[in-house]
Amino acid sequence: MSNAVIQIKDLITQYGDKTILDGINLDFYSGQVTVILGGSGCGKTTLLKSIIGLVSPTAGEVRIFGEPFGAADEAHYNTTLRRIGVLFQNGALLNSISIAENVAIPLEQHTHLDHSLIDTIVMTKLHMVGLDHAANLLPSELSGGMRKRAALARAIALDPELLFCDEPSAGLDPVTSAALDNLILTLRDQLNMSVVVVTHELASIHRIADRIVFLDQGKILFCGSLAEAKTSNVSEVELFFKTGSF
Amino acid sequence: MAKKTSDHIQKPARIYYQDTQLILEGPLSNQTIPALQKQLKRMQLDIVGTIDISAVNYIDSAGVAFLEELTDRTGSTIDLLKANENGQRALETFSSRKNQKPEYLPEPGFFESIGNAVYDIKDSAINFLYLTSEVVLWSFYGIVHPGSRRKGSVIQQSYLIGSNAVGIIALLSFVLGLILALQSAAQLRQFGANIYVADLIAISMVREMGPMMTAIIIAGRSGSAFAAEISTMKVTEELDALQMMAINPISYVVVPKFLAITICMPLLVTLSMILGIMGGFVIGLTYLDLTFVSYFNETISILTAEDLLVGLSKSVFFAWVIVIIGSYFGFKAQGGAAGVGKVTTSAVVASIFAVIFLDALFSLIYMI
Repeated sequence: MSNAVIQIKDLITQYGDKTILDGINLDFYSGQVTVILGGSGCGKTTLLKSIIGLVSPTAGEVRIFGEPFGAADEAHYNTTLRRIGVLFQNGALLNSISIAENVAIPLEQHTHLDHSLIDTIVMTKLHMVGLDHAANLLPSELSGGMRKRAALARAIALDPELLFCDEPSAGLDPVTSAALDNLILTLRDQLNMSVVVVTHELASIHRIADRIVFLDQGKILFCGSLAEAKTSNVSEVELFFKTGSF
Repeated sequence: MAKKTSDHIQKPARIYYQDTQLILEGPLSNQTIPALQKQLKRMQLDIVGTIDISAVNYIDSAGVAFLEELTDRTGSTIDLLKANENGQRALETFSSRKNQKPEYLPEPGFFESIGNAVYDIKDSAINFLYLTSEVVLWSFYGIVHPGSRRKGSVIQQSYLIGSNAVGIIALLSFVLGLILALQSAAQLRQFGANIYVADLIAISMVREMGPMMTAIIIAGRSGSAFAAEISTMKVTEELDALQMMAINPISYVVVPKFLAITICMPLLVTLSMILGIMGGFVIGLTYLDLTFVSYFNETISILTAEDLLVGLSKSVFFAWVIVIIGSYFGFKAQGGAAGVGKVTTSAVVASIFAVIFLDALFSLIYMI
């Protein structure tokens, strides 16, 4: 496929002497939901952070939208970041301001829209995640699941072309988790958004995944469609899809 | 309607008015709408019947918000029949019509605010007294049962509160002694009363400046650290975790600090007194032509055991006030990083105020 939005070549990431990612070669395609799977400590979050530039790779290259991506070229890095949304594992909302103000930050910083329009967009994004009634609350006044949903609203504030989600379903009840999955699918279909999701939730994977990347000890064990993953004879992948455990 | 690619959403959009219709062309994205709004301001709109979006090739959430605002303002409708499938879906997905109004808590009135403030003060006073009693109780318990404390915690806290503060307290006290001596020397010299500089420095450093100066430095240095540490533990649920392990958070976290500061403060104050007197001594020798023996004898003759007792006893009370206020604000913290910053500032301000207030109170008591 030629419409790769992310291209990773020979990526190696080390923390001190410990190799976390060992020679990753991978492409992520436009308009697809790619799920990164693997046991604890296999390097999923490090892969995500290496792609978005929060962790500097020891070797190799990451290209996003066809251009090399990294903090070295700050101007280009910041321009590209405006086209990317990131949902962090713990939400990472700013605790001193309300969730509506959190969602408004990227719109205020990166667009020249009127305040009335920004307010409308913020409320729409909060409505999409089911939190419009709680817009004026502080993050500390929300439950863990609500914080996660508010963080997703902030991540999609600018309708990014590329969305990264680190464990979006963790800590959510099944109904909210399913609603969040549907929202991710709506965004993919509506905006042709490419979504990279790190998750262990089997139900969620069945609902949203177009493509599966299975990591083990810093290497790619399997990469293919959801249908291929379900019938894979790689023992770890087979075990996961049969039992939901690694 | 084309799918989103970064190039075409950057292209300019256009709006024009024709036969009661507002016609939009190009992408409606958060990047193109500010220019459209400018175009719209320049336009002379009479009656707008419908908004035609058939030539719009992309709409994001900002585009939908813009269209809805436009229909509200002009009293028009969007000609959905001419919109293609993606446009209609965008209008449905990003519509703000279904948004609920956020909940607002009503602002309390003037008298209600006063009432709330009184209740807050009452609650704060009660909580402060509870904390003080618990700290004192657990501290005595800790002295009697040393095994109940985390091993080495008092020594570790003594190192942080005491040893690490030696340098700054020594330096500032020496400089303070120098300044006091220099300021008073200029006056006393006129009357040939040079030797009384030694009396002035000794009394002021031992009874007032030594204890107060040290307490203010410790309030800024350690009081803030107590509040920051305890408040961080509170917001990250570490205190709840201790409680769930059947460990009293006050006994585990506050008591080692309380015991350590009780030991360190009189020692630091003694250091401050000595260094302050030495500062005055340097001025006496260099500026006032006093001899070492005369300055030393004058200092010894003016100081009594009572002076020393006053200074050191005050320092212990200052120490207790600092640790209890720091802990009180730490336990009060709410709401993440911002909450930690807020209580840390409050703890330092309240500690310094309390130290000065207590010093004034002691001065009155000792005068009587």
